Amino acid sequence: MEILAALVGLLAGVLAGLFGVGGGILFVPALVLVLGLTQVHAEATSLLAILPTVIAGAWRQQRYGNVDWHTALLVGLGSIAGVEGGVQLAKALPEGVLRRIFAVFMLIVAANLAWRALRIKQAYSSNGD
Amino acid sequence: MKRPSRQSRPGLSNGVASDASVVRLLAIGLAAGVFSALFGVGGGIVIVPLLVAVVGLDGRRATGTSLAAIGITAAAGAVAYGLHGDLKPGAAAIIGVPAAFGAVAGVTLQQRLETRTLTFGFALFLAAVGIRLLL
Repeated sequence: MEILAALVGLLAGVLAGLFGVGGGILFVPALVLVLGLTQVHAEATSLLAILPTVIAGAWRQQRYGNVDWHTALLVGLGSIAGVEGGVQLAKALPEGVLRRIFAVFMLIVAANLAWRALRIKQAYSSNGD
Repeated sequence: MKRPSRQSRPGLSNGVASDASVVRLLAIGLAAGVFSALFGVGGGIVIVPLLVAVVGLDGRRATGTSLAAIGITAAAGAVAYGLHGDLKPGAAAIIGVPAAFGAVAGVTLQQRLETRTLTFGFALFLAAVGIRLLL
């Protein structure tokens, strides 16, 4: 079971890096469907699991000069006030409802990705590559 | 190219933000925090477009800045869930540590592959998993 989970994590990381999405969108369904966690436990665990990837990613972006730390700190501080509201909301919703809302969120991310891929194609053709 | 004015709002990137921009950034964080904890994700899909539209950062800088903010958001969310007793630290470590290595490989692969067709495939895969969760 641990080996399966580690492989799922590795694969989720590759996909996240390759397609520019966060790990959470993959960790949550993996934890629910592969490891059998409840939706709330999967979401809680996903938040901790994305930290190594996020820290590594932020470090890399910092080296490219892409991090505005002042802005990041203020957004991060604001988010601390918001997380308890999100936790309360997630725990107040019935399990099946929360899972379905998450599923709709996945469909939106899928549509967003497809849209981005279309725009990349247009950028390429306008640059002539 | 697409966004010629990199810093359209005054003051922000100099570390001297106006009160209004501080309030805007805290508000973006507040919304991102609720979203992140509700779904168990970092919330980049919310933060990046807001940093572009409201703050005027270019896409690359918005992505990097969003990652740094998410470090705080995700840690805060994990602590909040942990206080409610919902966190499985063992499962998080087993999935999260290999994922960090996988992400490095994924970003490297991205530089070498023509990802457009793959991205459509991945979007379909995500949609399929979403539908599986709906049922």
